[in-house]
Amino acid sequence: MNPAAFYPTATDYLRFLPELILTIGGVLLLVLEALTGDNKDKSSLGYLAIAVVLGAMFAVPVALANPGTSFNGMIVSDGFAAFFRMVTLLVGLFTLLCSTSYLSREKANTGEFYLLVLFSLAGQGIMAASNELIMVFLGLEIASISSYVLAGFLRDDKRGSEAALKYFLLGSFATAFLLYGISWIYGVTGATNLVAIRESLAAGTSGNSMAVAAAALMLIGLAFKVSAAPFQAWAPDVYQGAPAPVSGFLSAGPKAAAFAIFLRIFQTSFESFSSRYEPVLWILALATMLVGNFSALWQSNVKRMLAYSSIAHAGYVLVAVTTNSNVGTAAAMFYLAAYALMNFGAFAAVTHLAGRGESHVTIDDLKGLASKQPVVAGLLTVCLLSLTGVPLTAGFFGKFYIFKAAIDNHLYWLSALGLLNSAIAAYYYLRILAAMYMHEPKTTDHPEPVPGGIQLTMWFSAAGILTLGVFPGLVLDYANRFATFVK
Amino acid sequence: MQLWLIPIFPLLGAALNGFTGRRTSQGIQSAIAVGSVLLSFLWVLNILLNSMPAPGAEIRESYFTWISSGNFSLSVDLVVDRLTAVMLLVVTGIGTLIHIYATSYMSHEGGFYRFFTYLNLFMFFMLVLVMSGNFLLLFVGWEGVGLCSYLLIGFYFLKKSASDAGKKAFIVNRIGDFGVLLAMLLLINTFGSLDFKTIADKVKTMPVELSAGILTAICLLLLLGAAGKSAQIPLYTWLPDAMEGPTPVSALIHAATMVTAGVYLCCRASALFEHAPIAQDTVAYIGLATAFFAATIGLVQNDIKKVYAYSTVSQLGFMFLAVGSGAYAAAIFHVVTHAFFKALLFLGSGSVIHALEGEQDMRHMGGLRGKLPITFFTLLMGALAIAGFPFFSGWYSKEAILSAAHAHSPWMFWVAALTAMMTAFYVFRTIWLTFFGEYKGHAHPHESPAAMWIPLAVLAVLSVVGGFLFNVPHFLEGVLPAHAHGHDMTLEIIGSSAGLLGIALSYLFYVASPGLADSFAESFSGLYNLVYNKYFVDEVYDAAVVHPLERTSRGFLWKFLDQNVIDEGMVHGASSGALGLGSLLRLLQGGVVRNYATWVVLGAVFIFSAFSLLGGAR
Repeated sequence: MNPAAFYPTATDYLRFLPELILTIGGVLLLVLEALTGDNKDKSSLGYLAIAVVLGAMFAVPVALANPGTSFNGMIVSDGFAAFFRMVTLLVGLFTLLCSTSYLSREKANTGEFYLLVLFSLAGQGIMAASNELIMVFLGLEIASISSYVLAGFLRDDKRGSEAALKYFLLGSFATAFLLYGISWIYGVTGATNLVAIRESLAAGTSGNSMAVAAAALMLIGLAFKVSAAPFQAWAPDVYQGAPAPVSGFLSAGPKAAAFAIFLRIFQTSFESFSSRYEPVLWILALATMLVGNFSALWQSNVKRMLAYSSIAHAGYVLVAVTTNSNVGTAAAMFYLAAYALMNFGAFAAVTHLAGRGESHVTIDDLKGLASKQPVVAGLLTVCLLSLTGVPLTAGFFGKFYIFKAAIDNHLYWLSALGLLNSAIAAYYYLRILAAMYMHEPKTTDHPEPVPGGIQLTMWFSAAGILTLGVFPGLVLDYANRFATFVK
Repeated sequence: MQLWLIPIFPLLGAALNGFTGRRTSQGIQSAIAVGSVLLSFLWVLNILLNSMPAPGAEIRESYFTWISSGNFSLSVDLVVDRLTAVMLLVVTGIGTLIHIYATSYMSHEGGFYRFFTYLNLFMFFMLVLVMSGNFLLLFVGWEGVGLCSYLLIGFYFLKKSASDAGKKAFIVNRIGDFGVLLAMLLLINTFGSLDFKTIADKVKTMPVELSAGILTAICLLLLLGAAGKSAQIPLYTWLPDAMEGPTPVSALIHAATMVTAGVYLCCRASALFEHAPIAQDTVAYIGLATAFFAATIGLVQNDIKKVYAYSTVSQLGFMFLAVGSGAYAAAIFHVVTHAFFKALLFLGSGSVIHALEGEQDMRHMGGLRGKLPITFFTLLMGALAIAGFPFFSGWYSKEAILSAAHAHSPWMFWVAALTAMMTAFYVFRTIWLTFFGEYKGHAHPHESPAAMWIPLAVLAVLSVVGGFLFNVPHFLEGVLPAHAHGHDMTLEIIGSSAGLLGIALSYLFYVASPGLADSFAESFSGLYNLVYNKYFVDEVYDAAVVHPLERTSRGFLWKFLDQNVIDEGMVHGASSGALGLGSLLRLLQGGVVRNYATWVVLGAVFIFSAFSLLGGAR
């Protein structure tokens, strides 16, 4: 290797700037956490973390302005990466905004929480921008390990601890599949770079059946991370048990990043196997939608219902992945952005409404919310309507584009079944709406004021949902432009 | 022409009342609600009087590009052509009258401003629906009116039946919406556009061998949506339940406007239906079957609003019959006249219910003719109109439909004529039971205030002269596909006599010899019970669709896949505090994680075998 190319140039760093900022910020927080006393208010560390995330967001366009690969092709800065960096950072920002008040309420306001979020975001950023399998694995593990800890962050809460442990055990199990697949593909092609793998497979110099097995192994690992059926079992337990803002974080951020590498790997490296994985994805997508929607119908716990709903939404995105096309990729990108807004908006409302110790998380607890807290109810309604897929919301166009892409690619039955699924899904979102608007409040006690961070998050999500519902082109044009991968 | 002003007025009204309603008086709220709809109506008049589009022409305003991806682009267009003009006049005109009526009807109800917020919002979406230049914007209105309908049906939400009825309406409509959405995606795929005009142009030049299959599929999916919205078999069950909503809502949404959206959709898509004969025939069969069966149910109901609800379903069936027979203009004509007389019947029944302090059962009414003279007289006009009494409004549109049905296939004409006779019978049954005989209740009936009877009077006038005055089929010539059929005197006489015969029969049954109806019911008790219980369709749906779905998803998906272990873990969990090795072992031994891991392994085996079996070696 040319020694001159081995040393990173300044451009290399610029292409990696968002993750650099997050990592340095995280380490800084770690030091500051140790320096401030145990009994001090740690909210200021939360604000610092917000500043770091905002800094990383500003760094995303900088990285995009310097397109190309860095560190010898390990990382790629392209529009696709920038898109997912932005989505995950937005989710991270929401999480931090909702967490400061949440942690104070639960008396667990320590700096570790914030830096774990930052490290997880760095991992997700690496996933979004990774151009080769070692970086994929690294990013995934950085993101996941921080997430495991975040899920069990309230150490005294048994639900949380149990959730974290399950998440960790099953997550490791799934990562093992992925890693095994990576090592096979390296053994077969001698490469870990996505483009190099593609070229090696196209040249036909390597044993194809082994590569197919490797692709299958990696599909298993990734299906777990996006909570596709039958690898979804962990998600409801984890989302229900984890602290509410963390549930929102896990359901939106790491999932988006996992879909990013899913799309990148399968459309760059394994495109020649598409006839093999398309039917499998077809079945996974349908099964995921079915399991998610039908299980959600019977939940009384709002967090658990949203968990199943997030599984169902992963199913819709899988429909887009199944099309294995640029329009499908763009639709998936749009959907994940829309989903981040609407799902986190809903979780932000739950964070506030759950109350101390998250003791009010059933649908019954939401009864009469519209008369007690009309603003919260209104904003939550926007999120729920968007999750239902009602027109003039981002969720409608998300589904519209996904099923349009599916029809364009002749997936008629999958589209019909998927749309039927989303018709059924209306029922469980309606249950929440009905509880809020069609019941008298259970108690007459005065509602607690909504913390500023949560308010900001909800307003931002609702505004984003409606804006994308009226002007979907704002995001879709971008997604269409960058839905192609360097091959 | 500033078309956007038409829908924006009610939206502003909804916003104003929604945000300030807590602090303002009922007077201001009424003024905002009625005023905003009235402004829309006046603006519609202004546009139509100044520049009525010629047949086949349209006023189109394009506001911004909504979607543009690849070769497919769509802008937000509002369009007024003659079809829209008719719908606009009906929606804003009848809407204004019903808003005025409601200010009085709802004045004693809680949530006054909430009611008008929803009602104005409904008007906004309904206007978007009829003014849209493409399927997607139409769908926005389509979903919006469904949502408002849900909110308004469940308005008396403390009554469980009301909120259940709202849910039912929403879910049934979602099934219909699924059809519209899928149809839209297929339209994009086939024509690369969702614009009404573009599609209508392209479908003309489409070769038949390409078009037959896909157009039939698209039209059947559209029909599914239309059947959901317009309460046709098999999706009609929600409309009778929707009568749980306040009566002005029943009149406006579930009689005059929203439920006719399905008919409107079919007319908008007439170019497609014309090229899909199988789908068009299906429309006719569904319409005829719905008209007939709903009419039979209407014969025996005792709740006055339920009778009118089944009557609405039945009349909508007539409109679908017209669409299916290719007489689109006749269908729209019936939409218009039906809006007059059915709004009148509902508002009149509301006036009766209002006078009797909430009584809806006709067995507890009777003899109200003297106590509620205005209500009686106006309701009588409405009844004569729907019964097809010669030269009343309903007569014109019904005759048009009957002759179209005859041109399509003569047996349909006979079934439709029989249905028309039943229509006359059940409507006059309500008149006899309510206003004639002895009063059988305990309330102190009183005539309704002016805000309620003035709209009744206006609608009564329209019901009488509306058909003669507004020659809708002539107005729509050249706008919708037309099939030539001449006036056949014999058919007209048969159709008219069917209505007269129905009136006479009901007079015989309920006035001349009052015991006759009961003895009939007794001697045919099996049939009577079947019809009285609405053919047990709700029960059949529950047993055939809802319960199996529930059992499968509960039993398999939930119990099997979702073990809800967290909650159990909390109850049986180890001591509190940090998680130790003990609880780790408990988790592992409890089988939960092992269970999940088993799923992962099974899934892995599936994916592995699928990958190796599929695609073959390359």
